[in-house]
Amino acid sequence: MSDQNKTVEELDVVTIRFAGDSGDGMQLTGTQFTDNTALFGNDLSTLPDYPAEIRAPAGSLAGVSSFQLQFSNQEIHTPGDDLDVLVAMNPAALKVHLADLQENGMVMVNTANFSKKNLKLAGYEVSPLEDNTFDNYRLIEVDMTKLVATALENLDMSPKLKARSTNMFALGLLYWLYERDMDSSINFITKKFAKKPEIITANVKALKTGYFYGETIEAIKTTYRVPKAEFSKGTYRNIMGNHAAALGLVAAAEKAGLNLFYGGYPITPASDILHYLANFKNFGIKTFQAEDEIAGVCSAIGASFAGDLAVTASSGPGIALKGEALGLAVMTELPLVVINVQRGGPSTGLPTKTEQSDLFQAMYGRNGECPMVVVAPATPSDCFNVLFEACKIALEHMIPVMVLSDGYVANGSEPWMIPTVDDLPQIKVTKATDPESFMPYSHAEGTVARPWAVPGTPGLEHRIGGLEKEDQTGNVNYDPDNHHYMNLHRQNKVDAIANYIPEAKAYGDDSGELLVLGWGGTHGAIRSSVERAQKAGHSVSHLHLRHINPFPKNLGEVLSNYKKVLIPELNLGQLSTMIRAKFLVDAQGLNKVAGKPFTTTEVYNKILQMVKG
Amino acid sequence: MAEVLETTLTRKDFVSDQEVRWCPGCGDYAILAAVQKVFPELGVKKENFLIVSGIGCSSRFPYYMDTYGFHSIHGRAPAFASGAKLANPDLSVWIVTGDGDGMSIGGNHLIHVLRRNLDLNILMFNNRIYGLTKGQYSPTSELGKVTKSTPMGSLDHPFNPPSLALGSGATFVARTIDRELKHMASIIKESHSHKGGSFVEIYQNCNIFNDGAFADMTEKETKMETQLILEQGQPMIFGKDKDKGIVLIGSQLTVLQLSEDRNVDDVLVHNSGDKNMARLLAGMTYNGDLPTPIGVLYKEERATYDEMMTAQLQSAIDSKGPGDLDALIKGSNTWTV
Repeated sequence: MSDQNKTVEELDVVTIRFAGDSGDGMQLTGTQFTDNTALFGNDLSTLPDYPAEIRAPAGSLAGVSSFQLQFSNQEIHTPGDDLDVLVAMNPAALKVHLADLQENGMVMVNTANFSKKNLKLAGYEVSPLEDNTFDNYRLIEVDMTKLVATALENLDMSPKLKARSTNMFALGLLYWLYERDMDSSINFITKKFAKKPEIITANVKALKTGYFYGETIEAIKTTYRVPKAEFSKGTYRNIMGNHAAALGLVAAAEKAGLNLFYGGYPITPASDILHYLANFKNFGIKTFQAEDEIAGVCSAIGASFAGDLAVTASSGPGIALKGEALGLAVMTELPLVVINVQRGGPSTGLPTKTEQSDLFQAMYGRNGECPMVVVAPATPSDCFNVLFEACKIALEHMIPVMVLSDGYVANGSEPWMIPTVDDLPQIKVTKATDPESFMPYSHAEGTVARPWAVPGTPGLEHRIGGLEKEDQTGNVNYDPDNHHYMNLHRQNKVDAIANYIPEAKAYGDDSGELLVLGWGGTHGAIRSSVERAQKAGHSVSHLHLRHINPFPKNLGEVLSNYKKVLIPELNLGQLSTMIRAKFLVDAQGLNKVAGKPFTTTEVYNKILQMVKG
Repeated sequence: MAEVLETTLTRKDFVSDQEVRWCPGCGDYAILAAVQKVFPELGVKKENFLIVSGIGCSSRFPYYMDTYGFHSIHGRAPAFASGAKLANPDLSVWIVTGDGDGMSIGGNHLIHVLRRNLDLNILMFNNRIYGLTKGQYSPTSELGKVTKSTPMGSLDHPFNPPSLALGSGATFVARTIDRELKHMASIIKESHSHKGGSFVEIYQNCNIFNDGAFADMTEKETKMETQLILEQGQPMIFGKDKDKGIVLIGSQLTVLQLSEDRNVDDVLVHNSGDKNMARLLAGMTYNGDLPTPIGVLYKEERATYDEMMTAQLQSAIDSKGPGDLDALIKGSNTWTV
């Protein structure tokens, strides 16, 4: 459907952002463009950003919701820094996001929403459409709402309902701008509204109207094509972090031959894990929405005692509530997977924003000497691998494992080469059955696992609990030497896992000027900036930790191979503190606690400063 | 209610090798004895019993029973028990808790486990005091209770446990007394036979910190006047000479002195299926003018959470087929390179 009068320009990488009111459907628009981009064959990375309020006051700055997406014909790791295109559905969205648009970038506005009232709500005294606001940008003014209303005038529905399809107009316009077809969204709409044919008609019509509008108007003379990226051979899908996490759990349960039990309480941004699992009931998955966070984890521990693969998920404030029960899980040496999808803290903090400030909580946030295994996914699709591995560690070592995801990883998405179940490692689960040799607190060599003796097994009746255990028998014991020994034992149990995880290997040279050490969701920004620095000829390598407790065995050695170590973190230096304390390395931090991920530029500038300084 | 089978189990099979460490004279000993007496008679395989407790004197209970046991954390026993029951619905799950553990720090879990009606049994030892922390008032202590933490008397209005349980939607609510061994054993047995969540309040004497809290109800001289023993289908009569009965005047339960004119036929007959009456009976607690009811106040058949969950899982399999993991991971939108 391309227009003969218009030219097509080829680009390597593009960053776009849809922004509007919380009720404007920006998240849906963004995920639709994402799915289309994935199916088209670009590499991509996304950043949804929305307010904690479900419907903040319409038109207000606080109510702006946005969805950013970077796509490319090459491998990319982040949702991008500066925008090529900004779609602003109202003045507030424009106000919040325009500063991120690069010079000469394109901004599309829905003029219908630039009313006096909305301008005032956004803090504009003069309409930006009437002053020099856009001098350095390419402004495309479209009365999307009116165009949609006209296109739908023959449909028997309220103007308000018609206006709700306006986001599809914007989506159609972007599809045209990037030379896409609309099939994926038409299929989506048809499926989603199967029972409401008039809604299908309205949305598809609005989508097409946007697309055809692009062809017609003079203002946009060039469309853009980002060629397909080169991926390794395989079958791909696009996946969000929380979705991948849920799939990792289901896969682990299957590979372990166990039923999966999930006990939890809704909390942003972890609830989606519960939502996904609740839809997988035909896999025998039991989801239990408990009365509170504490009951969530306690039910999971109860299920673990009774022989299920047990999981709970929450975010920082909920993990705080679970702390005492986590201590019990450590004491009773039961397998348990705890997911913390971190958000801005402290207290209620920033529920919908990302942060990495719960590392200390994961490491030390319980009474007594209470070590827990801590692992962290680096990207959305990595959540699958990490959750699978967390379950494997928990079950094979009889130990609770904390997974530190974050809002950025959980809600972001990327293409994922789909693994086949046959290729996943088996998870070895042994449940005790022999009363002759049974000692509740005997421990296997190597894994340091104690026997899993599940209620219902004849002859293995025993009691466990939070009081100190006697080695071997597991009886309550107050002996000072035993207590000291058991504390060492619990630490040793965590440390021993270092023998079962891969050694650390940096991306880049094995030694050199600077090692950038990261963990969790900062992977993309660090990798992009390290690649850029390497291309510029600097001696910089990147090591990203999946295993934080215990660290890989050779971490100290790896660190010593570089003159300097930089640790970028979305906190005030938690991993830095751990690394400095454990390895006496003069690691420098790059720290930001703004509820936003690092940009590549931020990390890159710090790298330059360190390699030059 | 777990599977029923012929059993050769005896009391001894349920005695653990751990030394019992409650204070000499504690009411908990009697309860332990009753449970050890009843368990072999329930037709449940020994390995299918699971006792879960929280924190407090009563919560040491699992250590003394040779069954699977979990001494969990303060107040949370219902949540652990729920998870265990859902993981393995064949288990006969028992929660042992106290008035502090169950009604104070664990109040939230107690009300929710009752409303969900999981098929498990709750034994709440009520001694109206905090024992393990050495004598502070509890949420069932009477208003004005003078303790270490309330030298001028407590300002807290107490919970009425059966009322709370009924308000939570419990399907089995009963009360018994540590000193009434036979009654206690029969109530524990009946609570087990109930399919659904059963709540049994056991008045239990703490001879160290709250000695004699229930003396009126346990001492020979007075107990006939203060206990109203509820029996299904029987008139509510009490008193040493069985000369008093309970009648309903307006919406109030009142004591009737039986006479030739007004005899046993005028007295209320206990029907444990009558929820409104159960609420009134529960309300007799703390009322000095009325005897205190013991026995099964209320019983109702309602679908249990665990059987509904099992049914839901089965219906998902029936409609979607057993889970295909490769297909799930693949999803509906894929592309191949």
